[in-house]
Amino acid sequence: MTDLSVRIGTLTLANPVMPASGTFSEGMARALDLNRLGAFVTKTITRELRLGNPLPRVAETAGGMLNSIGIPSQGVAHFLEHTVPFFAAFAPPLVASISAPTAEGFASLAAALSVPGVAAIEANISCPNLEADGQAFAMREDSTAAAVRALRAATALPLWVKLTPNVGEIAPVARAAEAAGADALVVANTILALSIDTETFRPRLGNVLGGLSGPAIKPIVLRQVWQCARAVRIPVIGCGGIADAADAVEYLLAGATAVQVGTATFRDPTAMDAIIAGLDRFCERHDIARVSELTGAMRTEETDEPELAWVNPVA
Amino acid sequence: MTGEVAVQQTEVLESASLNAEYHRIRVRAGAPASQARPGQFFQLLCPASPAGTPFLRRPMSVYGADPASGEVSFLFKVTGIGTRGLAGLVPGDRLDLLGPLGNGFTLEPGWRHIVALGRGAGLATLAPLGAAARARGMEVTAILSARRPSLMVADDAFRAAGARVIPVTDAEGTSGPAHVERLLRGMIADGRCDALFTCGSARLLEVVRRLAQGFGIPAMVALEQQMACGLGMCFCCVRSFRVDGQVLHRRVCYDGPVFDAREALE
Repeated sequence: MTDLSVRIGTLTLANPVMPASGTFSEGMARALDLNRLGAFVTKTITRELRLGNPLPRVAETAGGMLNSIGIPSQGVAHFLEHTVPFFAAFAPPLVASISAPTAEGFASLAAALSVPGVAAIEANISCPNLEADGQAFAMREDSTAAAVRALRAATALPLWVKLTPNVGEIAPVARAAEAAGADALVVANTILALSIDTETFRPRLGNVLGGLSGPAIKPIVLRQVWQCARAVRIPVIGCGGIADAADAVEYLLAGATAVQVGTATFRDPTAMDAIIAGLDRFCERHDIARVSELTGAMRTEETDEPELAWVNPVA
Repeated sequence: MTGEVAVQQTEVLESASLNAEYHRIRVRAGAPASQARPGQFFQLLCPASPAGTPFLRRPMSVYGADPASGEVSFLFKVTGIGTRGLAGLVPGDRLDLLGPLGNGFTLEPGWRHIVALGRGAGLATLAPLGAAARARGMEVTAILSARRPSLMVADDAFRAAGARVIPVTDAEGTSGPAHVERLLRGMIADGRCDALFTCGSARLLEVVRRLAQGFGIPAMVALEQQMACGLGMCFCCVRSFRVDGQVLHRRVCYDGPVFDAREALE
């Protein structure tokens, strides 16, 4: 048995595999033993009630999908009265994903959700920022720093900051989040994208633009995880197109301490279970005692033949 | 709670083209798939075909499920890359199912006579309900709508279960909402409509909602919507409902697909 536990700041997870926000809810308990997971990450909560975006909200593409769900949210009270008690019956820690239109909004929401039963806050600063003309906070260093500073002052819980991949240079944004008090980074979110139906000339999403996810984006986000992990000292949680244990290993080698799985769950709700089992087998096969040894272990120098086997993907 | 829903590899036993548009497949699945109740659905991982490779699963309501034989069947209209891939399956092929999912129809023990009315592929969703109601000793009247008689499906299943079948078609000028409403009003007046069930047509849903509200008759609708996860996680399959004067969204996959027809909005 491999030691699959990982540390994200002060929080120890039984294994490095958890759902990506928006791809997990109580309904998954019907298909998967939730106690298998490293952590739970909720769908993003907002303070206000939101219906979400016009339909259609998803569109298929080669090796992935676009979505523009629009963060439908039942608000804080529903979260505290229903979501927190539901997940309290399970062992993995509950991470509350939050979004707000302003830095102050992020801070007050984080304070309202800093209750027993919530183990960490994941700040989804990839949302439109009303103070900066529809840009996402995480598109710029200054707005990232402002949001994270406000959040840091508002909660004593571990603070994970979810970055957007829709930037020219991600490392400066990562450093800004770390300097402002983030305990970990989640890298990344979906890639802004467009799909058009050539029969009707209409966009395939009701909101026109959406976020691309799935295997199609994995090499891009993997590169960004590598860039972020080199830029900061806090843990990086990789998120982008992970569908099997080999994908998860790739992210760990690039510098991630843990991974989030999203779109793969839509094709197979037991995908995370298979990834956890696959990580265990991978480590046994490569004689690795602790999965945390994989973090940042990508080799760029010349290697001998036997050592090459070490980085072979999982079957 | 785990185990209610499973990803299962099944074996295709039969794959049959029914007419110019519809196809039926039957698979050997075993539990829990074969325990699916009428109105529930599966998420099918449709195979690649020359039409394309589907990335997401496709929701498909259960046409038949038999716990004794372990068999499950689906009846569908061949339209896009998912259903074209399904129609290309042959006996011996594998089909990956996720399910059974969602909330099915409910039948109250006190009902003596139910009416099912649907159109197109919606008839496949209603067929197992008709059989379940007959098995409970209820009288079943099925108003089955199609563009033309040669495209009618599931009428044989209703008849085999002992339902009274009233086919209505566009070609014969009998499928319009005014005519269907007259038929239903006659059944209500005769005391032969304790509950209404519908699937597959916005116009029929409108008729059902109006009559159900007007006469205080229980009514259920099985709704369709494009889906991604099928488990209530992604919120892409919402539809609008009017509840206590307020419009709200519900997820077809998790809160449905069977809903109170009196609350469903188009």
